[in-house]
Parts: sequence; structure tokens; C-alpha cells
Amino acid sequence: MTETQSAPARTAARLLRTPYFWGIVAIALLLLVNVLRDPGYLAITVNPANGNLVGNLVDILRAAAPILMIAVGMCLVIATGGIDLSVGSIMVVSGAVAMEFLNAAAAPDSVLAALAAFLLAVAFGAILGAVNGILVSVVGLQPFISTLVILLAGRGLAKVITEGQNTAASNEPFRWIANGYLVGLPVVLLFAVLIVIAVGLLVRRSALGLMIEAIGMDPKAARLAGIKRRSLLMTVYIASGILAGIAGVFATASVMTVDVSRTGYQLELDAILAVVIGGTSLAGGKFNLGGTVVGALLIATLDKTVVFLGISSSATPAFKAIVIVVLCLLQSERVRQLFRQRRAPGTFVPSKETIPA
Amino acid sequence: MSTVTSFDNRPTSVEPKREGGPARWLKAHLGLLPTFAALLIFLAMIVYGEIAYGRILQASTVSNLLINNAHLVILAVGLTFVILTGGIDLSVGAVIAFSSVAGVLLTNAGWNPWFVIVLMVLIGSLFGLISGVLIQFFDVQPFIATLAMMFLARGLASMLSTTPERLADESPMRGLATQFKLVDGPRVNDLVITPGVIIAVVVVLVAVFLLHRTRFGRTVYAIGGSEQSSTLMGLPVVSTKLWVYVISGTLAGVAAVVYTARLGSAQNITGIGWELDAIAATVIGGTLLMGGAGFVLGSVVGALVLGLMNVLITRDGGIRPETTTIITGGILLVFVLLQRAVASRRRE
Repeated sequence: MTETQSAPARTAARLLRTPYFWGIVAIALLLLVNVLRDPGYLAITVNPANGNLVGNLVDILRAAAPILMIAVGMCLVIATGGIDLSVGSIMVVSGAVAMEFLNAAAAPDSVLAALAAFLLAVAFGAILGAVNGILVSVVGLQPFISTLVILLAGRGLAKVITEGQNTAASNEPFRWIANGYLVGLPVVLLFAVLIVIAVGLLVRRSALGLMIEAIGMDPKAARLAGIKRRSLLMTVYIASGILAGIAGVFATASVMTVDVSRTGYQLELDAILAVVIGGTSLAGGKFNLGGTVVGALLIATLDKTVVFLGISSSATPAFKAIVIVVLCLLQSERVRQLFRQRRAPGTFVPSKETIPA
Repeated sequence: MSTVTSFDNRPTSVEPKREGGPARWLKAHLGLLPTFAALLIFLAMIVYGEIAYGRILQASTVSNLLINNAHLVILAVGLTFVILTGGIDLSVGAVIAFSSVAGVLLTNAGWNPWFVIVLMVLIGSLFGLISGVLIQFFDVQPFIATLAMMFLARGLASMLSTTPERLADESPMRGLATQFKLVDGPRVNDLVITPGVIIAVVVVLVAVFLLHRTRFGRTVYAIGGSEQSSTLMGLPVVSTKLWVYVISGTLAGVAAVVYTARLGSAQNITGIGWELDAIAATVIGGTLLMGGAGFVLGSVVGALVLGLMNVLITRDGGIRPETTTIITGGILLVFVLLQRAVASRRRE
């Protein structure tokens, strides 16, 4: 039966097997729902005044930037067989540090202050990521618990930093990171895309990605193969922390306020979802950065769609739950077998011959 | 303390020899060490609180500690079952929110309150069952399956209502929070108990019996030790894992009843982060997150440690409430480090 399969059917079959295929389908369906509601939903127009692109799709991509950052970091962590629950809290710590700094600097136009705030935020992300890394790789704690400690302590730390206030600050260059435009495209989007590409090249063009997968698949074999587990784990958790720091900057710069109880709250769950939707197993091992990007975009699309349809945003989780359950079921072996059994009797040639009827 | 030892009937434990002395006994029961440590820290916190602030070891404080943490104890017991099998249940906090909002709305709509209470518990069971089916029959990882249920329950609760729903004053559900004076102390220093606390105690006792005195309990420990070996040994792994999530969900429903009765209102944001509190309580109590080792009574101590910590922070007054989560994180860290030390000694 294999030789009767035409080339497009084979491609279709291969596409069906890619783990994030259903993620793309889900995004398309959500966009379709939006188009049905408002036929002009997908329109992207150029603002004549400044040449910037505006439209719902651009909004979705912009909203996806922070979650894209933490999802990429999460993907690497999960590939090592770990998990990073602390990213949401790292986001709020970074945001709090940046806002406190800019508030104290009181230099609304200083590029230098914005740069310093950015670096400070990233540095705090890196430090908290390093704490995770030390707890996991040197002390040997379970990733779930080590990052849970930082999840709990991080939000408290942010509250201590801002003394429980939702600190606001004004600094145009810092605001520009989240709200500005460059060559007609949102800066935050360009930034996110650049970082994703850089991480992708780094892990896939070097042996780094392979080594990460190796310790995720079989730590013992990886050790025998001479992979330095400790430093690799440190690298991965610090990378996740840095990316969370950047996400924190994105999230706070758009409103120039850090909301200590809501910034980044439960975003770690969204990031883990994005990774799983993208076809990376929580058990570790092979990871799929492209799929993670699809997952992050799906979550951003879902968030925007629920709001667009006029449903209370506090009900969004229910829709996320439906998406997770459906995607997990589609990826599960049992359901696939069910489909196969249904098709199997009689129809030996699935592609060409059955279609004419 | 002797009761705790008698529960240690895991196949790996060696019978302590009479002539061995405490050091030898401890060596044979290293698995108990984290639980003992939890108990020790709990006692140390009581002593410290008594010295530093006073009025800790008195009837009213103890009563309040139990009354205010009954729901957390119930949740921690449910999570102990799940974590013992090596799984996790993130949905309990959100299940409480949905169950309690639905319960209050139905009671206020004139439904029979006793029927509603049963329904609230069953709502929890249903969420647990769905998680279990997803995990067991569709190979969804426990983290993701219960995350989905968490989102579903939270979203449904938000669809029902986004404002606090008040339970009518004459509702019999409030009866579950009636305070019975056991000992009438001077002024307000009475030893009081509520049906909610009694429910929590019953839950703990039943859980202890289930885990340490029945075939089901041994299967739970066996699955946590090695799921593959358990299957090869012919243990009912599938049904046991399913039951574990149903138990956790059901206890979330019970906790919803107890909490709603005490508070007299319900809201869609009730219970945010409680799953983490319950996990922390379980871990502090000495249950290994990898599964296979731990005690229900340890989780109870863990929950009370967290509760007492809140009491001490309130009493101190100087500690800013913002730092509560930092302290929780710190305590959690200390306990897992201890577990880590014990685990590495056991391997030697």
C-alpha cells in the first residue's frame, strides 16, 4: 500500500505526524472564529502617519512576546528532564527591579537609564536562574521543588523590593522596548524573534542542543559519554532565568508599572503548556523549539480571541483547558489507534482510490 | 510517636533490634527522619512562639489553628495519596473554587443544602476522575492533566460568578462551622471544635487506615516505588492510580465544604495557590515527590507548620506580610535539603 500513496498524501501524512500540527490547526480555527465574528479581523493596515503596521494579528504577536521568551527557556529546561516553575516570579522580580530603578533614577528621557534598568532586570533573572541551577545541579534537588521555592520566594522578594507597592515609573526609551516601532514593526516582536532565532541557532548549530537532549534522555549514559551535566544544567537554568527577566521587562515596559501580585502570575503554566503543545515531552529528551513557538502563539491567540469574543477574561482558563485536553487526546496513542481501527477494515488503499467516490 | 512507627510497614524497612539502642533504631527507620524533623520544627515553633509572644500554648490559639487549617489538612491528605504514587495534582485549589461557588449558588437558589453538600463533594470526585482517566487511559502526564482540570475548574467558577457569593445566614451549611465548647476556659480561652475540624480528623484517620492497613495502601506505596515492578507483580496499578486521583478530587470537594461553611461565602478566586501550599505541606511532612515514601500524619504536621507560621507572623507584627511567601519558600527549602541528606545517606 505504500507505493500507491501519492507524494502529497505522504507529505500530508508526515505533516499529521508532526507534533505541533494540531497546534497550527487550533490557531487557524481560532482565527477563523474571529473572522466569522468580524470579517475584517485579519486585516493589517499601515498607519499612514508613521508607516507602522497595525491590526489584530500584530497585536497577537506583540502579546505573544513575553510568553515566547519564557516558553523558549522552559523548552530547554524541560528537555533536560526538569521543569522551571519560577519563571513567572522571576518576571515580577525583574519588573520590580527595573521599575524601582527607573523610579529612583527619575530620568524620563535617558537612554542610559533604560539600558541600565534592562541590564539590571536581566541580571536579577540570571541570579535567580543560577539559584535554581545550583539547587538542581549541585545540591541535587528535584527541579519541581527547587523552582517551587523560587516561585514562592520570588513573588515575596518582588513585594519586598517595591515595599508592597505597584511601582510606576516614566522613561520613554524603556517604554519604547514594549510599545515602540522599528521599520514599521513592533520592537518587542523583532526583539523576541531575534532572541528565539539566536537561541535556536545556538542549540541546533552547536552540540549544545544534542547534549541537553542527552541528559534529558538518559543522565547516566550522558555522563558516560563525557557530558558535563552540572555545568549544562546551570547553563540551562540561567538561560531560563535570563529569558524570564527579559519577559519581565516586556511585561512591565508596556504599561510602565509593575503589578506585584499580577505581573507574570501563573505564566509558568502557560509556558509549560506552550512547550507541551509544541510536542516536547515533559519527561525530557527531544525538544522542539519550533513547536514551542507555535504553542506560545496558540496561547496568545487564545487569550486575544476570548477577549475579542466578549467573554470575561477570567473565564479564559476554561478555554485553555479545552484546548489542552483536545490536543492531548489527539496526541495520545489510544485515540490514534481508535482512528486507525475505524479506517482499517476494507480500505487498504487510503489515498487515491477512496477519494473519487 | 509509637503510632507513627507502627505505620512504617514498607517492605524495605528492617525490624529494629531490641538491643540496638536509638542510633540503630534510627538507622533502620531513616525514612521517618524528615517526618520527625517536621514534628521537631513544629514543636520548636511552638516553644519559640510561647517564649517570644506568649499565648501560643493555650486552648483558643490551638483551636483556631485547627479550625483555620482544617481545609489545608484535608487537601494535604489528598495530595499525599497522589504524590505517594509519584504523581501530582495541581487542580485542588481551583476545584475548591468551583465547588464552593456552585454550592453557594445552588443553596441560595433553594436547593436542599444537604443534597448540595453531597453534590459539592461529588464535583470534586468528578474532576479527580477526569484527571485520572486522562492520565491512565490517554497517557497524559499528571502535571498537564491536572493543570487542565485546574484551568477548567477556575474558568467554570469564573463563569458562574466573579463576585463574592454570600451564603444565607440561616443556611444549615453554616452549621458545619458551629463552635462547640469542649472546655470552657477563663474568658475567651475556650477549647472549641467545629464539625469541620471533626471532618478533617476523620479524613486523616481514614487515610491512615487506608494507606497503612489495606491492600490498596500498599499498592499506592508500591506504585511510587516502581510502577513497572508493581505491574509485573500483578498489582491493580490502573485502578489504584485512578482511585488516587478520585480521592484527591473528592477531598478537594470536602475541603470546599469545610472552607465555605467556615467563611460563609465563596468566590471564583478562592483557593488560588492552595495546591502549592498543600504540596509544600506534604513535602515538609516528609513525603518524597518521587513517590514511594511518606506519611499522612507527616502531611498533617506539614499543614500545621504552615498554619502556625502564619499565626507567628501575625503575632510578631514586625514581619511584613509580604515576606510570608519568602519564609514559606525558605522552610520548604530547609526540609527538602534535609530529605536530600537523608536520601543520600540511605543510598550508601
